[in-house]
Amino acid sequence: MTTLIALVGAALVSATPLLYATLGELVTERTGILNLGIEGTMYAGAFAGFLVAASTGSPWLGLLGAVVVGLLSGLLMGLLTVTFGVNQHVAGIGTTLLLIGLSEFVNRLKYGGGAVPQIAKFGLLFRDVPVAEQYLLTYIGFLVLAPVMWWVLRGSGFGLRVRAVGENPEAADAAGISVTRTRYAALLVGGALTAIGGAVLTLAILGSFTLNITAGRGWVSIALVIFARWRVWPAVFGALLFAGVDALQLQLAISSTFESVPRELLIALPYLVVVATLAISGRGVRYPGAYLRPYRRA
Amino acid sequence: MIRFALRGRQPRWLLPVLAVLPIVLTYLLTAGPIRAAGANPAAAYERYVLQPLSSVDSVFEVLLTSTPLLFTGLAVAVAFRCGYWNIGADGQLLAGAVEATFFGLNVRGLPAGVAIPLVILAGAVAGVVWALVPALLRTRLGIDEVVTTLLLNPVALLLVQCLLNGPWRNPENQFPESAPIDPAYTFPRLLADHRLHLGFAIALVLAIVVGVIISRTPLGLRMRAVGRSPEAARFAGIRVERTMLGAALGSGAIAGIGGVSQVAGLQGQLTGGISDGFGYTGVVVATLATLSVTGVVFVSVLLADIIVGAESAVRVLQLPPQMGDVVTATLMLCVVAVLVLRRYKLVVRFPAALHRSRSRPGLGEDAA
Repeated sequence: MTTLIALVGAALVSATPLLYATLGELVTERTGILNLGIEGTMYAGAFAGFLVAASTGSPWLGLLGAVVVGLLSGLLMGLLTVTFGVNQHVAGIGTTLLLIGLSEFVNRLKYGGGAVPQIAKFGLLFRDVPVAEQYLLTYIGFLVLAPVMWWVLRGSGFGLRVRAVGENPEAADAAGISVTRTRYAALLVGGALTAIGGAVLTLAILGSFTLNITAGRGWVSIALVIFARWRVWPAVFGALLFAGVDALQLQLAISSTFESVPRELLIALPYLVVVATLAISGRGVRYPGAYLRPYRRA
Repeated sequence: MIRFALRGRQPRWLLPVLAVLPIVLTYLLTAGPIRAAGANPAAAYERYVLQPLSSVDSVFEVLLTSTPLLFTGLAVAVAFRCGYWNIGADGQLLAGAVEATFFGLNVRGLPAGVAIPLVILAGAVAGVVWALVPALLRTRLGIDEVVTTLLLNPVALLLVQCLLNGPWRNPENQFPESAPIDPAYTFPRLLADHRLHLGFAIALVLAIVVGVIISRTPLGLRMRAVGRSPEAARFAGIRVERTMLGAALGSGAIAGIGGVSQVAGLQGQLTGGISDGFGYTGVVVATLATLSVTGVVFVSVLLADIIVGAESAVRVLQLPPQMGDVVTATLMLCVVAVLVLRRYKLVVRFPAALHRSRSRPGLGEDAA
């Protein structure tokens, strides 16, 4: 029982970065833009958050730094895919490589490739209460962001524009909706959320920065968006599922029964679960109508 | 207000501009970070581009560095040409490397004439196996290959680490790297006094074969047709799924041989750093080459030039080596953005209000 409670608590923690990134990617993809820059944005968000927090001593300023980086990466993706109409796969991979390269460049410049400092990280709320003992960002993610995102996409004018642009940009344009502005807005929101997701890793969970800190979590988020079929609550469920398997493998790794199973295979488990889940549930998925399609007035 | 308008036909001056503009943009954009690192951008670029080509020895070093990029660049180009977004070349390369190490450690006593073809074949098979699941999911069930190929990259890396920390840990020094492979599998060097090895020659031969297949055979035509428009290809009687599956698996095979080349040609053992993100760099190579095979060869050498230069810039200019990654990523993004100008021209228009006040008679002239 105590193991199960610990498991749920751990799952909520490790679901938090994924939750932010997945919801960020979700709103972006709803406008028809696949943002493969997400892995880089998460990485740069994690690093920027750490860097600012390390030099100011405030995790909140770190979070702000991450948001700024996230907005900039959204702007870059917008410039490439919306304004220039570049192939989205290529633009995204390029953005990821650029942001990871830049982060590691600055990291090396600042810390010489050696040890990085520990930073003052976010504290836990409700200390020593099982499951409820979580970071504020976890509470905000699950209790504020997810419902708000659900409502925004479903009931707000912005959500309507997002969906219209993602399904049929020509019709949206004819109805007086600016395709460009909507897509930029979604990329900016998505970029900021993704970067916050990355910053959760450094500012809350780890309290420091290591190379390869995101370890493909951005790619996982993209898988989760497909798994959730671009809906908010299934995306939340997907993030919890991945994080649950992740927490489970950590538990297994320290249990005596699985001592002989190599550690790395357990770490690989959540990725394989995502692929398997996609294989089972990914059939006949209906993508947003304008997925991957740049829009220009004829 | 800036907007894009379709171009009628390409003017003559366009091509040279398209070639030069990304380079100028990349230089301008990266000059800031280079200065921030306390180095002179011009000196840095001299290091990145010219220095590695200044001696015969370092030219061979560039060719050696270009070898894995040739493999992954080709692999990605083959898949992308057919509209299959294989971003898993990294995992497929690692699978090939693991397979090569398996043979090198366990199947001993073969003559080199048998061992080398065998290990190349085995690596290709391993790459195919690693590419198989995403390819089948895509062609049979229509499940997006971008995500599945991407997710298998960390899995492949974890598999390598698992082997190196476990059964293949070096028995002599307990480092997480494999023991040296059986010398029978080691690729011969192409030159007496340099590390450049058979892998580079194999990559070039593969490039020629792939180039001929893509541009001169019915198979290549089918692949290109599927890549351009699957619907049209289907209408023309092409078996789209089958063609795509072939391209996806061929792509995996090429990347897998790249892994063999790293183990049997360069390192002689398996290490955790056997792939330096080569699969992702392969996407950059293929894109910069606009998916042309000849282009892949040139771009691989160019990027290798920058990588070798970036390594030497660490020593000379104290510029972190990651600047090389930043430069190549920036170059790629500038190239794809600028290439849009092939089909579209930029039209600068003043906002309506401004326009009206400008054209109002008298006002402007009075002010002047």
